[in-house]
Amino acid sequence: MSNEDREVILSIKHVDVTFHTGHKKKVEAVKNANFDIYKGETFALVGESGSGKTTLGRAIMRINPCSAGEILFEGKRISGKISRAEDRNVVRNIQMIFQDPAASLNERATIDYCVSEGLYNFHLYKNEQDRVEKVDKALKDVGLLPEHKSRYPHEFSGGQRQRVGIARAMIMDPRFIVADEPISALDVSIRAQVLNLMNKLKAEKNLTYLFIAHDLSVVRFIADRIAVIHHGEIVEIAESETLFEYPIHPYTIALLSTVPMPDPIVEKNRKHIVYDPSKLDQSGEKREMRELRPGHFVYCTSKEFAEYEEKISKMEQERNG
Amino acid sequence: MNENVIISAKDVEVKFRVRDKYLTAIRNVSLDLYEGETFAIVGESGSGKSVFTKTFTGMLESNGKISNGSVMFHGKDLTKLKTDKDWEGIRGAKISTIFQDPMTSLNPIRTIGFQITEVIEKHQKISKAEAKKQAIEMMERVGIPDAANRFDEYPFQYSGGMRQRIVIAIALSCHPEILICDEPTTALDVTIQAQIIDLIRSLQKELGFTTLYITHDLGVVANVADRVGVMYGGQIIEYGNVDEIFFDPQHPYTWALLSSLPQIGEKGKDLFYITGTPPSLFNEIKGDAFAPRNEHALNIDFEQEPPFFKVSDTHYAKTWLLDPRAPKVEKPEAIRDLHEKIQKMTEKGGAFYVE
Repeated sequence: MSNEDREVILSIKHVDVTFHTGHKKKVEAVKNANFDIYKGETFALVGESGSGKTTLGRAIMRINPCSAGEILFEGKRISGKISRAEDRNVVRNIQMIFQDPAASLNERATIDYCVSEGLYNFHLYKNEQDRVEKVDKALKDVGLLPEHKSRYPHEFSGGQRQRVGIARAMIMDPRFIVADEPISALDVSIRAQVLNLMNKLKAEKNLTYLFIAHDLSVVRFIADRIAVIHHGEIVEIAESETLFEYPIHPYTIALLSTVPMPDPIVEKNRKHIVYDPSKLDQSGEKREMRELRPGHFVYCTSKEFAEYEEKISKMEQERNG
Repeated sequence: MNENVIISAKDVEVKFRVRDKYLTAIRNVSLDLYEGETFAIVGESGSGKSVFTKTFTGMLESNGKISNGSVMFHGKDLTKLKTDKDWEGIRGAKISTIFQDPMTSLNPIRTIGFQITEVIEKHQKISKAEAKKQAIEMMERVGIPDAANRFDEYPFQYSGGMRQRIVIAIALSCHPEILICDEPTTALDVTIQAQIIDLIRSLQKELGFTTLYITHDLGVVANVADRVGVMYGGQIIEYGNVDEIFFDPQHPYTWALLSSLPQIGEKGKDLFYITGTPPSLFNEIKGDAFAPRNEHALNIDFEQEPPFFKVSDTHYAKTWLLDPRAPKVEKPEAIRDLHEKIQKMTEKGGAFYVE
């Protein structure tokens, strides 16, 4: 599907997020992020720690204020000062799944309360019976049982706890979900369960995900489009297949070379590429997002763009014979 | 590879006392490590991989005890050592450990230099100046640029990857014979992870120690290991050379671990996952610990614990499926011809190909 015909659900327009860390000192956590997320897709944001991926996710959730630019949700601005009614609308429709389910659930509250907290806050139930039904359904949707309601978070395993975190988000009937490293704190065998569950819920409820991760192998499996972020700058955006087939930005290539492969013969012969920003164009020209191929954007100067263009043409020729 | 056994654990059983109940964390594990090799132990959290290796350094929590078995190292049974004084000269000197999180293993209010020299001075009787010289040498060896100037800095002035390098420097400062790496890269970024793994490997080549890796990441295992042991429910259930474990796994749990990797998952299809939860170690485990979660479980798996069956001279697996009377079960589709599949992915045009 070409990107023009698709409905944009969230639009991030030239967003900066800056933290002031003392007198006249500041950290630019996100610099000039500019992209659209389409309805019904899983958009992944990949980068190492400190790259600003979580900060951007939190800016969408209105937790971190944007210092420049704006964020539009379904065409309406949700960044900066907005009315209280609109703020509540954002909270309802954009939900978050956190990394560590042990830390994000109130350990002194029962699962019943944890899951219905959003319902209480927004009075989204007609009567007690309606609330109970909604909670039971949310728990069933994520593969837990209604009788788990009276338990406390510590009585669950890691995977089950993450399911509670997902149920808590899903009960609000959101349209957009920010999933911040939802499987990083989980065991290998449980990761697969949670990924499958997220895919299933997405199809059933027609959701859109922003999936924040550091692991390209997970992202390849779940994402439709991928943005790679490095030091607060988004360096490359492409469809998932394209990014893996034609990675262009040196940082993307370095990241790809470090994905560990479960094969001793292959793994022992792989070389790990270290990203060296000093090899980029040092002319001082301002970098911007340029479209290399339809839907494939790279952050570069005009000189680098020419290099990338040459490289990708060569790759295309080689692959297509 | 050298065939000398450097450390030999035999029928080790570890129990913990938790709220007046006993939990059996390790159930009769035996393992021989050969000089100079890299052995990796893989398993989920709670499988006992950390607890088992802690018996090598006497670092079990105070409510835990080794209730059976022996760990022989240079003719000495390490399970008999009790006090810190007994352990002097072994822990930190001959057997060192690198832990997961470099921030918690370094002292935040002491300089990096102090923390390295402290170890050197304790284990080798040498002067302060000599210790400092050795420490700076070690820092350079683990790749700290400008080591002499960074000697007096504090841990917070170092990045995560650099901190882990310091932890490695401390662990290696007394030239240990065995280095235990307990999830050394889990808290680090993927790009840094590769660097730390490469560093440990090159130091091993240079200094010739034996490495015992503990990890849950099969990708890391494929990279570092000569031999692999898979742990589940407090037991090693399969071990062999790294090629044998990846290309010819025999235990259904090893199959399941390999199949659930997102690297080999196909987009648009469900990823394989293991149903249920690991067994509670408070209860006595009857038969094969993995049986309740195993789709290929036989009746006998619930009755009787399987012995180790020999697959090759180096490869053993603890599953009844290898008994001559057992029905023939093929490993899952997803991990058949694993090498060909991964080869394709990393070749030109594959998803993980880089120039």
